Amino acid sequence: MVKRLVVGAHYGFRDWLAQRVTATVMALYTVYLLVRVALMPTHDNAAWHTLMAGGFTKFLTFLFALSLFYHAWVGVRDIWMDYVKPLGLRLALHVLTLLALIGYSGWMAQILWRL
Amino acid sequence: MAEAVIKKNRPKHLNVTQIRLPLPGIVSILHRVSGVGLFLFLPMLIWLFGASVGGPEQLDTYHAAMAFTLAGIPIIKLVLLGLMWAFLHHFCAGIRFILLDVHVGVDLPAARLGAKLVLAVSLALTVLIGALVW
Repeated sequence: MVKRLVVGAHYGFRDWLAQRVTATVMALYTVYLLVRVALMPTHDNAAWHTLMAGGFTKFLTFLFALSLFYHAWVGVRDIWMDYVKPLGLRLALHVLTLLALIGYSGWMAQILWRL
Repeated sequence: MAEAVIKKNRPKHLNVTQIRLPLPGIVSILHRVSGVGLFLFLPMLIWLFGASVGGPEQLDTYHAAMAFTLAGIPIIKLVLLGLMWAFLHHFCAGIRFILLDVHVGVDLPAARLGAKLVLAVSLALTVLIGALVW
């Protein structure tokens, strides 16, 4: 029998779960958006604007965006951890990724609540 | 305290030009590649979304961007088509991974079938949606 000692920061399970929860939110939103687009009275920019300006859709779109950015954080961080070994460079890439994603969240909020 | 690091001398063969990936392995690496692609193009996607719901001026730049050609090739629309494939592949492969998590399709024939389905469905949907909205 192999005796194993499990070590680590124990964030693996939380990330595994977060990746699946955010993926489910995004998949459900995709279905919601497809249905709403299919039901648009006309398929032009005005109808698209009206759809996106709706309060409920705005809320869901923002939820989708936040899910996407968290999902991207876990995924991209895993990639840095797999391929980038020098600690300083890896840390810099982690910080840059995080800053970009936080910025995108603000950008999306600004786009949506200007409508 | 017990020894935390177990060292094993296993043979290593990591020549990427010689390794023949099985189909589920191809789906797996494409899941990563498509995720990276979507991540890198996020600024472009957010900008296009913002312009598409913006005022008349922004809408003009949106239409100009969509009509932009480089040497006769509508480059932005082509990139968007590529990202559409990336999204669909990531979506389908993601569903497959969640099914594997709950032990659906784990044995080899089912895993191979699932991998084939992911590749086929995401490509077919890309062609279909591409033809619809191009």
